Amino acid sequence: MSFTVPQELEKEIDERITHYPVSKRSAVLPILHALQHHFGYLSEEAVEWTAAKLELQPIKVLEVVTFYPGFRQEAPGKYHIRVCRTLSCAMAGSYELMEALCEKGEIDRSAVSHHHPIAVGKDGKFSIEFAECLASCGFGPVCMVNDEFHENVTPDKVEDLLSKYE
Amino acid sequence: MPPAATDEKKPTAETPAVPMVNVQIDGQWYQFPKGTRMIEACRQVGKDVPHYCYHPKLTSPGNCRMCLVEMGMPPRLAPGQEPEKDGEGHQPIQWIPRPAIACANTVAENMGIRTDSELTRGCRHGVMELLLINHPLDCPICDQAGECRLQEFSVEHGTGGSRFREQKVKKPKNVDIGPRIRLDDERCIMCSRCVRFTDEIADDPVLGFTERGSHTVLAVHPGHELANNYSLNTVDICPVGALTSNDFRFQMRVWFLKETKSICTDCGRGCNTLIGSREGRVYRQTPRENNDVNSAWMCDHGRLNFHYLDSELRLSAPLVKDEGVHKESTWPKAIQRAATALKAHGGSEIAVVVSSRMTNEELFMAKRLIDTLGAEHVATVPRAGEPDAYLIAADKNPNTQGARLILGLEGDLAAGLDSVRRGVADGRIKAVVTLQEDLLTPEAGFDAQTLDGLEALVVLHLLANPTAQMASVVLPGAGFAEKRGSMINVTGRLQRLNKATEPFGQSLDDWEILRDLIQAIGGGNGIYLIEDVFKQLAAGVEEFEGLTLSKIGDLGVPLIETGETVPLLERERERIAKGQIVG
Ligand code: SF4
Ligand code: SF4
Ligand code: FES
Ligand code: FES
Repeated sequence: MSFTVPQELEKEIDERITHYPVSKRSAVLPILHALQHHFGYLSEEAVEWTAAKLELQPIKVLEVVTFYPGFRQEAPGKYHIRVCRTLSCAMAGSYELMEALCEKGEIDRSAVSHHHPIAVGKDGKFSIEFAECLASCGFGPVCMVNDEFHENVTPDKVEDLLSKYE
Repeated sequence: MPPAATDEKKPTAETPAVPMVNVQIDGQWYQFPKGTRMIEACRQVGKDVPHYCYHPKLTSPGNCRMCLVEMGMPPRLAPGQEPEKDGEGHQPIQWIPRPAIACANTVAENMGIRTDSELTRGCRHGVMELLLINHPLDCPICDQAGECRLQEFSVEHGTGGSRFREQKVKKPKNVDIGPRIRLDDERCIMCSRCVRFTDEIADDPVLGFTERGSHTVLAVHPGHELANNYSLNTVDICPVGALTSNDFRFQMRVWFLKETKSICTDCGRGCNTLIGSREGRVYRQTPRENNDVNSAWMCDHGRLNFHYLDSELRLSAPLVKDEGVHKESTWPKAIQRAATALKAHGGSEIAVVVSSRMTNEELFMAKRLIDTLGAEHVATVPRAGEPDAYLIAADKNPNTQGARLILGLEGDLAAGLDSVRRGVADGRIKAVVTLQEDLLTPEAGFDAQTLDGLEALVVLHLLANPTAQMASVVLPGAGFAEKRGSMINVTGRLQRLNKATEPFGQSLDDWEILRDLIQAIGGGNGIYLIEDVFKQLAAGVEEFEGLTLSKIGDLGVPLIETGETVPLLERERERIAKGQIVG
């Protein structure tokens, strides 16, 4: 699969670079966000493309990509679920929530590791990963499906939740 | 006692004088130029501050925190309040409860620094304890052991024990990050010296930290490698054993190495080096700082070009050819044979090809030989190559300047060589002496057929090269690590080589071979020491007047003007002027 950035997106990216007149290296974050938003994740090609755009060595972009857990290096499913596992949610049952989501969403997390945090379900419909605090600590367990936020998601609500996403 | 300002930093008429500030270090008052880094001020008065990430030739990110010291400033005055001063004019110091890094901060008026207080010691304990949490217990198999900052500072500033009971983080080991370097990520302390070297000095920013956090790893981008010709300098500046040299790793424990100050002879730059040797064998070369030549660096090519010193081709005894077959001989016999063969020819029939890879002392003896023989044809083998934008000079011979001065060669060296080649080809030249040059290389340009027509071919060289194979007499000489002597680099600086190992097998120092040969041809000259050769050289060649080998010193002396500059040093000076680096 070849990597092509659509003209419009590139125009938008070029515009964002102009916001950093002192050093365009600073534009690396907004560019990565824009690319991830469009492609769903940041492939090796996306990293190389960004580096070339900013006249950097690709390692300088990879440093940023690997620093932020919000940047994905692997393709997610159609609906990407992020389950908070920070203290409040963990105590409220985020691990049970994770288990229920995997079971009902038919996702196998056995291959997940530090380097490959995302698991994708069989048909590619759902993917899932743990995330750190999603900033709604009073209402754990908390998760996000794409950009939608869900609070108090106890395991019994999982079936309902998933059925909203077709 | 204030530290003496170094020569370059002495204010001159053009550079306005830098104001001095009073600084108290461990209870004593000193003066330093404004802008001096705290760490350098401490070092100058003999109070070394331990550090990992700081390197005077690189920018200072202040990331390792090993250099934390207790710092104080004079009290802040209320409006109108007069400062309170002691008899010597110093204000009291208010010590700040929070430590400061000494590497990136500069001294200020009436600043106090404590390099050995409880706070400072506590900081060092803490930094060491944290660094060792995930550090593997690799020292027994780690090449850095013996010259590792982490080991040294553990002993000096650590607590001796660990309170960590959990699992250490596992990271990649034995990672192939380039043709000459191996990375062990578990040993890396993330000081970023290597990253800054590749970014700032080598202009090849291929290194970076990925997965920052508890899993931080130093990495090259997938599919890229650390392969630039200066890459091995990262191994030198890595304070731990995270980066090791493929060539040197597991070859020798560093504490067994004898270090000899010398210079690289791979090109006309003459980077200053330390030769690490043990029991007659060279194991590595590392750069030695000289701010008029190579800063603190050297190229990989020059650094690694020493293995030929003990290669299989190395000649170990003099050889004499009888009925077409080389036989080992004794030195007196071989010298006698060479002398007889050469004496059979008049000066117009003899050519001497001298190498610009020889030291001044050897060249001086070569000149004597030429004069004794009355040889009318003299040439060197020029080696013009590509310079780079860092250290590598266009001249691949290390001592062209010396050869010109001492042999009295002028003009186009290639033309001189060409005329010898033609003389040999058309039979006018019947005897050739070649000193440390293989004539059957593309640079020298002779061909075997014409050499075959010679009546005498005397070869002084280290290796059994194709020319040596054809020689009537082969005199095994010494390699650069096996001799003391001097050379003049492309900028006209006179520098010294020192002997790290003895000449291989029965080989001799070139100047001794030449002395004996001259003696056998033309009679006595009482030279017994290399120092005496230099003395005669100083008496005979104007430029060397008043010098001795020991006066050259470890850093060399400027001898002649060539107008050449060193690109890497030019950039370094700019960075110093901008305050980006200490230098
Ligand atoms: S590899 Fe060595 S020089 Fe590079 S960051 Fe790690 S410890 Fe520092
Ligand atoms: S630049 Fe020249 S003198 Fe310096 S290390 Fe390389 S080859 Fe040797
Ligand atoms: S801990 Fe889960 S939202 Fe903060
Ligand atoms: S030497 Fe690393 S912070 Fe100062």
